[in-house]
Parts: sequence; structure tokens; C-alpha cells
Amino acid sequence: MAKMTKEEVIEVAHLARLAITDEEAVHFADQLEAITNAMELLNELDTENVEPTTHVLQMVNVLREDKSVPGLDRELVLKNVKEHEAGQVKVPTILE
Amino acid sequence: MNFETIIGLEVHVELKTESKMFSPAPAHFGAEPNTNTNVIDLGYPGVLPVVNKTAVDWAMKAALALNCEITRHTKFDRKNYFYPDNPKAYQISQFDQPIGEHGWVEIEVNGEKKRIGITRLHMEEDAGKLTHTGNGHSLVDFNRQGTPLIEIVSEPDIRTADEAYAYLEKIKAIIQYTGVSDVRMEEGSLRCDANISLRPYGQEQFGTKTELKNLNSFNYVRKGIEHEQVRQEQVLLSGGIIEQETRRYDETTGKTLLMRVKEGSDDYRYFPEPDLVDIVIDDAWLERVRAEIPELPDARKARYVAELGLSSYDAMVLTLAKPISDFFEATVEAGADAKLASNWLMGEVSAYMNAEQKELSETALTPEGLAGMIKLISDGTISSKIAKKVFKELIEKGGDANDIVKAKGLVQISDENTLREFVTAALDNNPQSIEDFKNGKDRAIGFLVGQIMKQTKGQANPPLLNKILLEEIAKR
Repeated sequence: MAKMTKEEVIEVAHLARLAITDEEAVHFADQLEAITNAMELLNELDTENVEPTTHVLQMVNVLREDKSVPGLDRELVLKNVKEHEAGQVKVPTILE
Repeated sequence: MNFETIIGLEVHVELKTESKMFSPAPAHFGAEPNTNTNVIDLGYPGVLPVVNKTAVDWAMKAALALNCEITRHTKFDRKNYFYPDNPKAYQISQFDQPIGEHGWVEIEVNGEKKRIGITRLHMEEDAGKLTHTGNGHSLVDFNRQGTPLIEIVSEPDIRTADEAYAYLEKIKAIIQYTGVSDVRMEEGSLRCDANISLRPYGQEQFGTKTELKNLNSFNYVRKGIEHEQVRQEQVLLSGGIIEQETRRYDETTGKTLLMRVKEGSDDYRYFPEPDLVDIVIDDAWLERVRAEIPELPDARKARYVAELGLSSYDAMVLTLAKPISDFFEATVEAGADAKLASNWLMGEVSAYMNAEQKELSETALTPEGLAGMIKLISDGTISSKIAKKVFKELIEKGGDANDIVKAKGLVQISDENTLREFVTAALDNNPQSIEDFKNGKDRAIGFLVGQIMKQTKGQANPPLLNKILLEEIAKR
């Protein structure tokens, strides 16, 4: 059975941009460990000849023709934006 | 200790479809900020993407042109990341079943041919454009969000900056010939990242690589790689280790700077895109797309050498850009000598395009115009020197070479009696030159030719003039 560490929880929380305290991380580590261990049970099944299921419908090739429609009115696009300038969305600079 | 450089390139190419990859918003470069978006691009709740059929056709076309095997059962995956250029917080991409795999292109550096493998070609969507204003905030334009992209990943087969340059030129040429993209680096429709590592010669295992970004021209790719090669060598020689990191090429200093320590692919938490169903490509679809692929640069190059007698180098240069190659073919079609047409295109025409910063299509020159001028040179009506005057007129104002020559009175003087009169006058006026020539100063002939050319406004037929001049001097 796999062990879930506090550090792993903090890392995953960071990837999802969730702010959690150390206490919460310990708490969730226990819960997530239980969940992942439950999922481990699935590995007991022999899935050698089973195709992975990504969709429940056996449907393929849903495509549209390459036709464009005019873009949304910019005023609408920017309506729910906190701050904008020169028709662009203004955000704090985040250097990669 | 000497190191071998291992380079792999990732090239992103924007497809020039009318609409976006997953939304019907217009996918055009150059519109006013945030006017080409819709709710799908902006990631509104409850919206659903639908795949653009032309984008799939074109990705397949590019993959086939790059000698890839087409994955018959392909799908899209979700790549999760947070960054202000993408309001969805994920990019729809392809992870484990890219549309194309195992391709290759052939490059030539210093006369040596080499095959560079292409690991994969996959479809994805572009992100918005961020402009950092430098005072703590950035401006986002979402017009580019959702534009269809293909990412072409090379095998780590590239060993030098020159090979990297040649590989990019080849990829650009092939994609341009297929017509699926403008491949303009200055407009961002072709972008390149480079992965570089060093290993001691003889060692099989690759060293740790760094990824180089912000390479905004083919020259910066070359310079960035050269700089990174030296930097890594210095780190290794001084006993340090190379960290797996992303570095940014700085155009002003020519150096590479640390951007961030690279996250692993696990951090992107890829999973099959639940909003899109799989794509199955049958033989009929594949063959329909294959049939649309035009003659590619390598095939054209071979034809120019075999059928038109051009040198391998000339044929290579002419076929690098499709507009030039098409123009060349139309010029030959219009009756021009192939070798002369090639010389003019690679010489005067490209010099003019460089000096004026213009595309061939932005000039007034037509294949018929150029062919007409070349025919006048071939049949002796005008000299190559006079042709330069005609050429200037043709490329700036257009028109017919014959008309220009007549209107400007540029027809070459090839009448012996007329030329002899000019020669006699020149000799009468310059007795010193005759004496100099007879005393072994060959330069005196050049002076006399210059005088006569001045008198005839450059229209004297040069070989004939030389012949008559020597005859007349001998008589004195």
C-alpha cells in the first residue's frame, strides 16, 4: 500500500493553486492515502485485453467545417474583467 | 576533454485556417486586440469545443510531408497549467497518440547530407499573447487563443548550430510548400525552442539538457545554441553540473539567462480530453490528404538539377522559399534561359528584396517581365549592364522589357560602322592611350572602353567594341 506524504500533498496543492496549511496537508495526506489505496484495488484485475475507456459513447470523428463567425463584441469580452487597458486584459506580471 | 553537443528542436507552426482549432472565432493575425474571441476561447463555463476538420487535414498533410507515419486512432488530451495567457487553465493538446510519428527530413551542411529524425507531430491550440509592460503588470490579448498549432519535435539528431539552422530552413520550406501555414517567424506563425546537452565524445548516455526559449529568428537560434554550448562546457569543465532548466535567450547580450527550473511532464497532469471524442483516420481520408500534397522542395531541387541544368547549390537556394521557386518556374515557362533566370533571382532580385525589405509579391516584377528582359540579353539586344537599368524599371514600375528598351532608347549598338566611328573619335582624342597600350599598359584599353561607353550611354555591344578597338589600334 502506497504512502502519501505531507510534501506530496503540498506539491499537488501548489499545482492546483490551492492554499493549504501544514495541518491541512497532514489531514489530507491521510484521506488521499485512503483514496489512492482504494484505487489500487483495481490493479488486481487483469486488464491485459481491455481497451482503455475514455468515453462511454462509441462515437468518433465529431468535426466541424472550417467556417468562422465574427468574434464577440470586445465590450462584452471585457465586461467581467477586473481591469483592462487599451482593449487588453490587465494582469499582474507573472514571469515564468 | 572535448564534448559533443546534442540538440533537439521543438517547432510550433500556426495553421492558417479561417477559424480556430476548437471554436468558430476567426483565426487571423493582426486584428485589434480581443476582437477575435468567443466563449469557447475564453473558457466560459459549460461551453464545448468542436474540432476543426481542416486543421486535422492540414496537420496530417504536414505530417505526411515530413515523412511521418499517421496514427490511425488519434485523440486529444488536456494539459493543465495556470498562466494568464490561457483563461481555461488547460491547453488541449495531444499526449500519447500524436497524429504523426517517426518522420524525418534531409538537411545538407557544407555539402554533407544528413537525415534528422522527427519524433512526433501533434495538434494543439495556441495561447493568448502577453505583453509585459515592465511596471508590474502585463496586458493580455486573447485573439491568438485557440489558433490551431502543430508542434514538430525532432529527434536529438542535431549536433551543431549550423545543422539546427539547416533543419529549421528545411522544415519551414516543406510546410510552406504544403500551404498549411505562412511560417513567418516575425508574426509568430513559426516558433522554435531548442533542447541542448553536452556529453564527452564516446559516451553513449546523454547529459542533462536545458531548454532554450525566446529564439525569435533563425539567427538567434544559431547564436543561442552557440552560446549555450560554451556556457555548458564551462560549467562542466569547472566541475559543475547542468541543471534541467529553461533558459531565455537575450537578444541584446547574446547570452542565455535562467527562466525557471523545468517542471516534469507529470506536473501537467495530462489526461484524455473528456469534451472531445477520438479521431479515427481511414484509408480514404488519408489518401485524400496525401493526394493534395504538392511537389516538395527536395523533389523540385532534383528536377532543377536534372532537367534545367542548375547547380545543386543554386537549386537548393531557389527552392528554399516557394514564392521564389514558383516565380522561377513561371519565368522559365515564359521563355527565359533557366541559368540566367536563376542568376537574376538569386542576385539582383534578392538584393532588391533585402534592400527594400519587400516580398517578391510586393514588387512590380512579373515572371513575364523578367523573362522578356532575359530574352533581350540572350539575343544581344541589350547588354547585361543595360539590363540593370531595365531591371530597375521592371521591379519598381513593372511593364514590358521591350517597351522599356525602346522608350528609353537602350538598344545595344551592334552596328560595326557606327561603333567604328566612336572608336576612331576616341582614339583621335586620346593619343596618349594608344602609346601607353603599345608600351604594354593593358589598362589603357579599359580607359578607352570607358570613354566610348560614356559616349554611347553604355549601349555599345561590349565584345564587338573590344574587337573593333583592337583592330583600330593595330592600324595606328
